[in-house]
Amino acid sequence: MIGNDINTILPELIIAGAAMAILMWGVYSQRERGAEALWAVALLFFVVGGWIALTGRGSDTAFGGMFVDDAFGRFAKITMLWSGAAVLLLSKEYLERAKLMKFEFPVLVALAMVGMMMMVSAGNLMSLYMGLELQSLALYVIAAFNRDSLRSSEAGLKYFVLGALSSGLLLYGMSLVYGYTGAMEFQSITDVIATEGLPIGALVGLVFIVSGMSFKVSAAPFHMWTPDVYEGSPTPVTALFATAPKVAAAAMITRILFDAFGGVISDWQQILVLFSLLSMYVGAIAAIGQTNIKRLMAYSSIGHMGFALMGLAAGTALGVQNMLIYMVVYVATNVGVFAFILNMEKDGRPVTDISALSLYSRVAPGRALALMILMFSLAGIPPLVGFFAKLYVLQAAYDAGLAWLAIAGVLASVISAYYYLRIIFLMYFGEASEALNGKMPMLHMGLLTASAAALIFGIVNLFGVEGFAANAAAALLG
Amino acid sequence: MSIGIEHYLTVAAMLFVIGIFGIFLNRKNIIVILMSIELMLLAVNINMVAFSSFMGDLAGQIFTLFILTVAAAEAAIGLAILVVFYRNRGSIDVSDVNVMKG
Repeated sequence: MIGNDINTILPELIIAGAAMAILMWGVYSQRERGAEALWAVALLFFVVGGWIALTGRGSDTAFGGMFVDDAFGRFAKITMLWSGAAVLLLSKEYLERAKLMKFEFPVLVALAMVGMMMMVSAGNLMSLYMGLELQSLALYVIAAFNRDSLRSSEAGLKYFVLGALSSGLLLYGMSLVYGYTGAMEFQSITDVIATEGLPIGALVGLVFIVSGMSFKVSAAPFHMWTPDVYEGSPTPVTALFATAPKVAAAAMITRILFDAFGGVISDWQQILVLFSLLSMYVGAIAAIGQTNIKRLMAYSSIGHMGFALMGLAAGTALGVQNMLIYMVVYVATNVGVFAFILNMEKDGRPVTDISALSLYSRVAPGRALALMILMFSLAGIPPLVGFFAKLYVLQAAYDAGLAWLAIAGVLASVISAYYYLRIIFLMYFGEASEALNGKMPMLHMGLLTASAAALIFGIVNLFGVEGFAANAAAALLG
Repeated sequence: MSIGIEHYLTVAAMLFVIGIFGIFLNRKNIIVILMSIELMLLAVNINMVAFSSFMGDLAGQIFTLFILTVAAAEAAIGLAILVVFYRNRGSIDVSDVNVMKG
């Protein structure tokens, strides 16, 4: 009985145990063990992700329905673990240069990962909240990881205050849902709604929950923390924020909306439509004036989350499937983009100003070409994978009768193309300026190339992601 | 007059709104923001305990224990980040959290 439960949550247990073991090892070591700990955690993420991918079958629950292990959760977990491993590998050089290579960093990332895995597998409001807080508390700390930097500590502070506020909203919503349906388990909430309809108090709770969760995916109008936190945090932390936690938060919203409130799609659909519309336009318009590439990527992520929410707002299996594909493509692109941004430096100092990219194609043609492909893909220009990812969510929205939202999405994507194209323009036709001169480690070059190549060759069959995403969506809605 | 669940819910809602306003209207001190966050979480606890007790269902009270624990951890981390911020900025005024314009 308990053996089966433990078996079901074994991946989470292993990472949690490893995080604590590495913590002890780091504390009792004579010298700083940052690099070894980082390699260990990255390897662990990669191996556990592969293990889930190879052995995960069917769907199972543990601890009386608190924890659900199904194809949907596994899809999100594999994406998070592998992107987390990639980001950790990318972090090493930057952290060493900034003298931030401490063993706490990988430990905190591992703990955040446990929280994220818990979130996407929650079957109960309680386990959802605990997972979310484990993730958030670890991420607050690593946002302020460069503790001698005013910007980093300010980013940590802002993230903490707004994150805690969103947790409060989420929690208040949960208390109302609990009070008016009398249930904590998603399954029981669904049953209550199926027999009695959605009580008005639970509807208010649902609005609170969706609002609280929109903070976590940085969807407008709850996006205001994103640019500051992205700009202030050390760049490897920004890279992390842009990948795994976004997938986790999007998957968490999907999980609670379909598992607990799948019977009242029309009640939450309109909220998501609004958030999606606002995010796409805020992301597209506010990014135009940005000069800092990390802030620009923040607005870009707001816009992209708008598209992901559009897939979710469709409220269909196709919508969930295409949202998952969108998230995978987004994460794969961001790994490449941040592999580039992490190496933007001049005389050993990190540079984040976009104008520094002027005529970069003459300094490093290969890297400029890779970034051009990534930017084209983010802008959604065919025939790159980013275009198909956008096309799929637009199609899901159109099929669900949200044709106007799909059209609005296309317009937002046209606006946002401006700032992606501006980067390409600067790199190839900008005015001569003092160029960046950093070298790029082989591993970074490899990830950047792999990311760019995946966006080109992925158009053949998306590397089979489509089938896995379809399974995941079927597990959730089946 | 007997005290029903609506009284508890009203108190909780009032405390929760005070907490939110404390975050957004506060112009002085970040410590006040931390207190407001705590107030919001505790308001939720009142909600949870009231529902739990009136429904005769224990889950809400167990959730309350978890929320209390998380609130303590959150306060610890919040204060730690605040100390780091104070060392760099030399002030904990809300108006001084402005190096990056958002």
